[in-house]
Amino acid sequence: MRHASTGQVAAAALIAAFLFLFLVLPVATVMYVAFTEKGTGAFTLVNFADFFRTELFVRSLWNSVYVSAMSVVWASALALPLAVITTRFAFRGAALVQTLGFLPLIMPPFVGAVAMQLLFGRNGSVNLLLDDWLGFKIPFMEGLNGVIFVQSLHYFPFILINLSAALRNIDRAMEEAAQNLGSSGFRLFRRIVFPLAMPGYLAGASLVFVKVFDDLATPLLLNVKDMLAPQAYLRVTSIGIADPMGYVISVVLIVASVAAMWLSALATRGRDYATTQRGGGGLARRNLSRGENVLAWTAVALILLLVLSPHIGLLLLSVATIWSFAPLPDDYTLTHYARVFGESSVYIKNTLVYASLAGAIDVTIGTAIAYLVLRTNLIGRRWLDWTAMAALAIPGLVLGIGYLRCFYGVQLPGGQPLATLWIMIVLALAIRRLPYALRACHAALQQISVALEEAAENLGADKARTLRRIVVPLMAGGILAGFVTSFSTAAVELSATLMLVQSNSDAPLAYGLYVFMQSASGRGPGAALGVIAVLLVAACTLAAHLLAERNQRMKGDVS
Amino acid sequence: MLHRRALTAAISALGLLLSGSAALAQTGKVTVVTSFAKDVTDPIKRAFEKAVPGAILEVQNRNTNAGVKFLEETRANNQVDLFWASAPDAFEVLKGKKLLQTFTPRATGIPEKVGAYPINDRDGFYFGFAASGYGIMWNERYARANRLPEPREWQDLARPVFHDHVSIAAPSRSGTTHLTIEAILQGEGWDKGWRTIKDMAGNFRQVTERSFGVPEAVNSGQVGVGIVIDFFAFSAQASGFPVKFVYPSVSTIVPANVGIVANAPNRATAEAFVEFLLSPAGQEVLLEPSIRRLPVNPAVYAKAPADYPNPFTDPRLGRLMPFDADLSESRTAAVDTLFDQLISFQLDGLKAATKTLHEVDAALARKDNPAARRLAGEARDLIAAMPIDAAQASSAEIRAAFAGGKEKGARQAELEQQWAAFGRERYAQAKQKAEEALKLAR
Repeated sequence: MRHASTGQVAAAALIAAFLFLFLVLPVATVMYVAFTEKGTGAFTLVNFADFFRTELFVRSLWNSVYVSAMSVVWASALALPLAVITTRFAFRGAALVQTLGFLPLIMPPFVGAVAMQLLFGRNGSVNLLLDDWLGFKIPFMEGLNGVIFVQSLHYFPFILINLSAALRNIDRAMEEAAQNLGSSGFRLFRRIVFPLAMPGYLAGASLVFVKVFDDLATPLLLNVKDMLAPQAYLRVTSIGIADPMGYVISVVLIVASVAAMWLSALATRGRDYATTQRGGGGLARRNLSRGENVLAWTAVALILLLVLSPHIGLLLLSVATIWSFAPLPDDYTLTHYARVFGESSVYIKNTLVYASLAGAIDVTIGTAIAYLVLRTNLIGRRWLDWTAMAALAIPGLVLGIGYLRCFYGVQLPGGQPLATLWIMIVLALAIRRLPYALRACHAALQQISVALEEAAENLGADKARTLRRIVVPLMAGGILAGFVTSFSTAAVELSATLMLVQSNSDAPLAYGLYVFMQSASGRGPGAALGVIAVLLVAACTLAAHLLAERNQRMKGDVS
Repeated sequence: MLHRRALTAAISALGLLLSGSAALAQTGKVTVVTSFAKDVTDPIKRAFEKAVPGAILEVQNRNTNAGVKFLEETRANNQVDLFWASAPDAFEVLKGKKLLQTFTPRATGIPEKVGAYPINDRDGFYFGFAASGYGIMWNERYARANRLPEPREWQDLARPVFHDHVSIAAPSRSGTTHLTIEAILQGEGWDKGWRTIKDMAGNFRQVTERSFGVPEAVNSGQVGVGIVIDFFAFSAQASGFPVKFVYPSVSTIVPANVGIVANAPNRATAEAFVEFLLSPAGQEVLLEPSIRRLPVNPAVYAKAPADYPNPFTDPRLGRLMPFDADLSESRTAAVDTLFDQLISFQLDGLKAATKTLHEVDAALARKDNPAARRLAGEARDLIAAMPIDAAQASSAEIRAAFAGGKEKGARQAELEQQWAAFGRERYAQAKQKAEEALKLAR
């Protein structure tokens, strides 16, 4: 830790201002209701007492904690084998896994839910077949266990991405030293490799926990209402009822999310994960024997089949004529694609622009915050981190309303309200997805030794040059992971967008999808748009990976 | 259509111009916030832009709640001209917040009421342009596989055979479901009405938070039977889904509405749009297969397909009971919250007790047992019990708890906790009694 330079103070101030203007202020204009008495508007804490006196809310709180924790367990079980197989072994399907394993995160709203029900619901394909052949059904999608099932499938890529990035960043020398001392196999993994990858794993696991804790779409899709996020949503969005409890629950969500992040930070505090060797491509990749190869492919295929089943369902839905109470659609057609073809180009363009801008903003701020937190001793630097993470817990709708409240009154020259500019959608998306990028960047920087920067400075580079030439290139893997997560999840976000979209020409794909999914005949076209969204994001992800790999190789050549 | 209107008014063409009929003269962009799906808005947009050359309908899709919030938040610098949605209660909220402006459409041929419900707001803030009735929709494949009979009336859904097969949207989330619940309460009275509703609710598979969640689940066969608004079923049929629909005899026909937003920037074109929707040409668009709503102009039914339901002539739809809108409004929040706290959030307890009672009925049908019959009756009374009566539901204290009055009464959170506890205890007791009855009856 060194004394903060003027540049660092300026960066911190700039980020603080950004977070205040586009996160704290808009949210505060909505959330203050939690601390007021209904009717009079006087300050009170009685609403929080009411929260803990209400059986439904307390039950919801515990259900949310239970579901989030169990989702982390199952998501880890899905992610761990994939991450290890692709990073520790010379496995031919690695690029495939890294791209496909990431798709579950991109589940377009509404259609994804319908596809899941059609496959795993009480009368979904799997259960209809089971019932036919064996005479019983499995309640995949019932109650809290159903939520855990869907959430683990949906969010395990957070762990996969961050853990894989961390595993790739481990210094081969560590592994070799352990091997020289006689450690190998599972013991090597348990004692050396996994602990060294801990920052990445924790970054992913804490994201899964908080995301599941704050997610309202999945519980509502499964009609589970006794969890916190759905309770907040149901109250905030009821017409004409000015009930403070919805905002009280939101405050509880934010506090719980920040607490979870703080706990995960505690777990890595006081330990050093940094290693100095870079550019050599990380861990040694062991060759697989024939039998091991078969085993690895089987495991990978099974896991991918499971986690990609919603997308398979989505694909079927997009080419189905009628699919109702049957294992497969009645007939197949391409008319849905024809119907969306004309109008989807504007949606695609908007989605690409919005999501990549949001992703770029996120990795810039994420890298900066990670650097300030880990490399400086600025007062209040951790608050930047926590404030940014709190965005995870804020319902998109609350953010949307806050933006309207803060920026609609601001008129541009010409009388157009500031909030109607499409750039506001980008900012809202960037704020909503900042936590993903931040965690990835933070974990990446944790693994870089300060010694490398000191060496650069000793050789005469100033702070900015060190940052540009040493830190950022070494963090590239983490930054890429952050960009890809922010970008792809922003591409399918709807809740804040729905408040801010002002015209069809400014609308992203998710909005177009929503517009279709409100009617029976819109189901096929909606699914077709969903498939387009998924393919689009997958193509971008693949491109990013290829780019990163080429960079890595070039760096490898240089070193 | 405006051509035709212009023709009929041709004799007084000059007068028309002099009276400053902005609807014909003014054109340009007009922005509408709507909850209607693309399948509904697209054909109407096309027809409107054709009828009023130069006009461009800019559609902003938001669900009803988000739309109301949007207008509220942006009122200081309003850019929206029209609000266009189903639920009359959303329009009541907008009207109460002074977010709508009055207008007197010149359209003729639209009667005062459809069924028992007034088509237009009596103060002229919003106008019904299509009627919709609530009823029961079911998936035929699902019904065949689970051997479900065809339902006719609400009470049918309370029969044991429908246990765990029925779905509804929460009335607190869906204005139209709220009206259905209110119609049952007004038609049968507070106590008997709630008994009917809870008997049905004991068979619910799920209570969804989106109106469209119900038809979606029935269409895909995840749920067998849904309580839905008619056009969901009609448009699903038109798309080829294997579903059927029936209007029960106690139902309500409700208009879907359009209103001009206060301080609309393009008022003239907004008025032209309202006039278009209410004109015969605009009404005819509603008959399209993807829309399938009931026009409010009775003359338009002449162009409808043979089996199209007509609320103005169909005897089944004609003898719907009167609807007291003031009574409904006085207890909206109480009814919605009672439903949520006693049914939506207590569904497991309610279903468990109901399931055992179904088993008791089956056992009693084989061999009667007066003691068991008495116990089962007591259990049913426990389920039907309500924490407050009709007078309390409309009382000033309870309204203040929800609206936030100055007088210090119970807070909403306290009421909710009390009502939830009331329901949970009664359902547990009912389950116990039902189990005793089952032992006796077997």
